[in-house]
Order: sequence, then C-alpha cells, then structure tokens
Amino acid sequence: MLSLPQFTATDYLLALPITLLTLFALGILLIDLMLPKEQKWLNPVIAFIGVGFAAKGVYNIQHWLGPSGGVYGLMRTMLVDRFALYFFYLFLAATAIAILMSVRYLETEHENHGEYYALMLLSVVGMMCMAAGADIVLIFIGLELMAISTYVLVGFLRRDRRSNEAALKYLLLGAFSSGIFAYGLSLFYGLTGSTNLGVIQQMLARVVLPSPYKTVAVVALLTTLTGLLFKIAAVPFHQWAPDAYEGAPTTITGFMSVAVKAAGWAMLLRILVFGLLSMRSIWVPVLVFVSIATMTGANLAALTQSNTKRLLAYSSIAHVGYMLLGLIAGTATEPNGDGIKGILIYLLVYTFMNLGAFGVITSLRHRNVIGDELDDLNGLYSRAPVEAVLMLVFMLSLAGIPPLAGFWGKYFIFLSLIETGHYTLAALGVLYSVFGLYYYLKIANAMFMRQPEKGEERLAVSYSMRTALGVTAFATIFIGILPNRFIEIVNWALGIASNPNTAKLIH
Amino acid sequence: MDAMLHISTLHYLVLGAALFLLGVIGVLTRRNVVIVLMSIELILNAVNLNLVALSRYWQGMPARMGGGAGALHGQVFAIFVITDAAAEAAVGLGILIAFFRNKETVNIDEVNLLKW
Repeated sequence: MLSLPQFTATDYLLALPITLLTLFALGILLIDLMLPKEQKWLNPVIAFIGVGFAAKGVYNIQHWLGPSGGVYGLMRTMLVDRFALYFFYLFLAATAIAILMSVRYLETEHENHGEYYALMLLSVVGMMCMAAGADIVLIFIGLELMAISTYVLVGFLRRDRRSNEAALKYLLLGAFSSGIFAYGLSLFYGLTGSTNLGVIQQMLARVVLPSPYKTVAVVALLTTLTGLLFKIAAVPFHQWAPDAYEGAPTTITGFMSVAVKAAGWAMLLRILVFGLLSMRSIWVPVLVFVSIATMTGANLAALTQSNTKRLLAYSSIAHVGYMLLGLIAGTATEPNGDGIKGILIYLLVYTFMNLGAFGVITSLRHRNVIGDELDDLNGLYSRAPVEAVLMLVFMLSLAGIPPLAGFWGKYFIFLSLIETGHYTLAALGVLYSVFGLYYYLKIANAMFMRQPEKGEERLAVSYSMRTALGVTAFATIFIGILPNRFIEIVNWALGIASNPNTAKLIH
Repeated sequence: MDAMLHISTLHYLVLGAALFLLGVIGVLTRRNVVIVLMSIELILNAVNLNLVALSRYWQGMPARMGGGAGALHGQVFAIFVITDAAAEAAVGLGILIAFFRNKETVNIDEVNLLKW
C-alpha cells in the first residue's frame, strides 16, 4: 500500500515566494474588476507590493538556509539552493523594473488592464519553478506557465496588428519547441525510470550510457537540447525572437529579453549541468557549433536593422552566443567554475543594461509616435538629453566597454575560455564583440549626430519611468566600477571560493 | 497467433515516434494555423503515449531499479502534459481569434508584417 506524502513546514517555506506571487496575481485579477477606470494605477502598486513580499520570502529562505548548500522540498521535486535563490532575486528585480516602466506605457496604449500585471507575476512563478526545479515535471510545468503567460503578454495590444502577429508566431514556435522538449524528457524518463534530475544523472552514467540504449539517449538529448536552445533563442532556433521582440509591447520586450531569458538559462544550466553532465561529450560539440552560428548570424543580421527593438533583439541573440561560450568553457573538460560564473554575472549585468535600453525606447512612445524605429532616435540629445546620455551608457555597456557593467560579463567568459585553452573560441568572441560595437554606435550616432526630423516637443517622462531608468543606469555604472561585491555574490550563488587569479586582476 | 497479438512497449514507442514525426512534418509544412495547432497537439499526444507506455514498463521492473507498483511518475507527467496542451490550445485559439479580427485570415503565409 502506498502512503500519501505529507507536506511539512519546510515544503511550505520553500514554496512561500511562489505562493505569494500566485496569491497577488489572483488578487489583482479580482481587484481589477472592482476598480473604476481612473483608479487603475492601483494594479501596478499591488503587483509591486507582491514582488516585494516575494522578495522578503526569498530573503527569509536565504537566512533559513544559512551556510547549507540547499534543501529539497515538495517530494524532492524542488531544490532550493543558492543557485535558485540567485535567480529568484534576479527575476524579481527584473519584474519590479518592468512594472515601473509599464505604468505610463499602458495608459498611452489604452490597454490599462490588471491582467497585464497578473500575467507578469504568474510568469515569474513559472520562472521560479524552472530555476528551482529538480524534477523534469516541475521544470516543464514551470516552463509552460511562463511561456503561456508570455504569449498573452506579447499579444496584449490586441488592436495592434504587429502585436497579434508577434504573439501568433511566438505561440506557434514556442508550443512547437515545448512539444519537442517534452518528447525528449519522456524518453529520458523511459531510459531512467525517474523524473528526478539527480536520479537521471546517476542512472545515465551507471546504466544507460554503457548499454546499447545509448542511441535512444542521444535522440533524447538532441530533442531536449532543441527545446532548450529554442527557449534561449540560439541560432538556428532564433527566428521567433526578432518577431516577438518587435511586435510585443516594448515593456514586455524588455521583460522577455531579461527575465524570460534568464529563466531559460537557469533551466538550461539545471538540465545540462545538474542532469545530463555525463553526456557532455555529445552536447559540448553541438554547443560549440551553435554558439559560433549564434554569434555570426546575430551580429550579421543586426547590422542591417532599421528598427531599434529588432536591432536589440538580434543583439540579445548575440549575447546568448557569448554566454554559450561560457558554458562550453565551464563544462568542456572538467567543471570550471569561472565559465558558469561568467554566465551568472552576464545575466545580472544584462538584466540592468538591457532593461534600461528598452526603458528609453518605451519613454519615446507617446501620442501617435511608436518610437521604435531607429529614425525616431534622431536628435534625441536635443529633445531629451538625460535619456540620450543614459541610452549611450546602456549601449556602451552592451558593447562591453570597460568602465561599465557589460565589460565584466564578457571579461569572465573570455577569461574562462583562455583558462581552459579554448583560444580560437576566445578570439572569435572578442572579434564579434568588436563587430557588435558598430551597431550599438549606430544608435549613438542617431541620437547625437543627427537632427530631429519631426521637430517634436520635449519628452514627458513619468516618475516611475525615471525611477526605473535611474536604477538601471546606476546599477550599470556601479557594477562596472565596483564589481567585487557582485562577483562575491555570484561566487556565493555557485558555492565557490573566489579565484585568486581573478581577484588579483580586479584589484 | 498469440505472439502476433502481443503488443510490447516497443510498439508503443514506435507509434509515439511516428506520431511525433507526423506532428513535426505537419507544423513545418501546413499553412493553416489551425492545422499547425492540431499538429502541435499531435506532438504532445506522442509525448503522452510515450509516458504512459513507459510508466507501464517501469511498473513491471523490480523495485531496486526504481520500478514497482508505485512507479507512476510517467502517468502523473502525462496528466500534466494533457493540462498543458489544453491551456496552450485555449491561449492559441484566443490569439488566433484576435489575429483574425484584424486580418481576416488564418493562413500562415499572410503572417508577414514582421520580417528581417
């Protein structure tokens, strides 16, 4: 006779941030019905409070964990370790900034509905399940919760054809990739008899790989990898990204390019490093090919773009290519902490600089002007000097110019490549970053060197947007100048002592 | 005669793989969005078939290998996948209706506002 598992206080504590976010999301849906039209500003306030409560929940878990590595909960499906906590904070920070950016934007678009914030919080719940998943069922459900919420958010401007079209494309390709991903997971379940990543890891190494079933394992790996690479938008599975990024509401583009992408990375690292490390002799060569294709394809395509959102979409694909290099360096021979560390730092700095860039584009949206064409940036310096300078900071940071945050992400990835002897890949990565400078400076050129065509009035920027831009710009510059504290945080997240070599180079 | 009627786990897996391939071909070649959504459902059903058949297989394995009567992970996973397929279909058709209202077509070739 099977006994039913009992939930303990630990389980409830570990699920606290997720529970809180779900409650707030459902609360927003209910309260939105009762709010008269002029009081819709309460929705973002409630969402913001929800994010705050969830952050406090994560903080409580962090203190309760103390020095221990991590705790399994909810019938061993959830592993809340420092890695997961790091991503929890990252998701919540990105969501808070995206909420601040959304307030004025939704009013301008006349789509000021509470569902927007509810869906945003629900997608964060999905992301947390992905980052803390130790079981492929939880990871898959988290992925789908996040993805389905995001499909709706992308199509949120339902009167706008571009938004409809972006949502349709994103949905079809996203659901297709989820299907392929689930097929791979079902084969892994069949091969190992368990849905737990730890058990899958052991069974693969001990039983499956030495046996003739290895072929099936390779098929399972390739289908799973296809799904994973789809979610982080790596070439050749990137085609949905530019379309979805261009058509989506600009604030959601920003949210997708940082939070959804970080969640995709958390899932990829969980599955490949925690679950399928024993098959790395097969997936590392695939990733080498994919990362080179990603850097080449994205950088070339970005050169010819005339839409800022689309340009930044290709730039975000290119950044995925650099991060994949970190994963290769981190796993190719023996697990190398610096490679994975590079990815985590990259995701952190990328969150702030990319959200900031999309924030500036969002602030250009006002009556009758969408503001996402490159020409709309013409002469921005004379119309809105502060925004123009901030945009320049974000662009230089995205390009990886030293005193800014973006530099440190690239620095650790290239450092790890050199440490592990991947000189060709390091050279390629540096070459493509220089290449990337061209299209980032194209934006700067439009802002500072050209004259405004339409003779527009000065931009009115809301206080919440100012806060969001201020926070992102401050973080971009602060992490760039004083990265030590943040590198320590990432070391803490990965449970590694700081590398003496890197420490020397920083001081 | 008896041997012919015996259906093993392998048969289910082959059927699952066939359904999966049909779904993938459907998504890649069909031009009608509704049929593409149906092909995606086919892929998810292939996953379900796999999961249920493999769960049955693991129930027949000895407990020390992780099998036994309680090895129901696959069936639980299948229920989640069914739920997910329903949610995806609901959202998919909703987005398709929003799209159709603005554009009056369900042909994928006319989804062409956004490109390069």
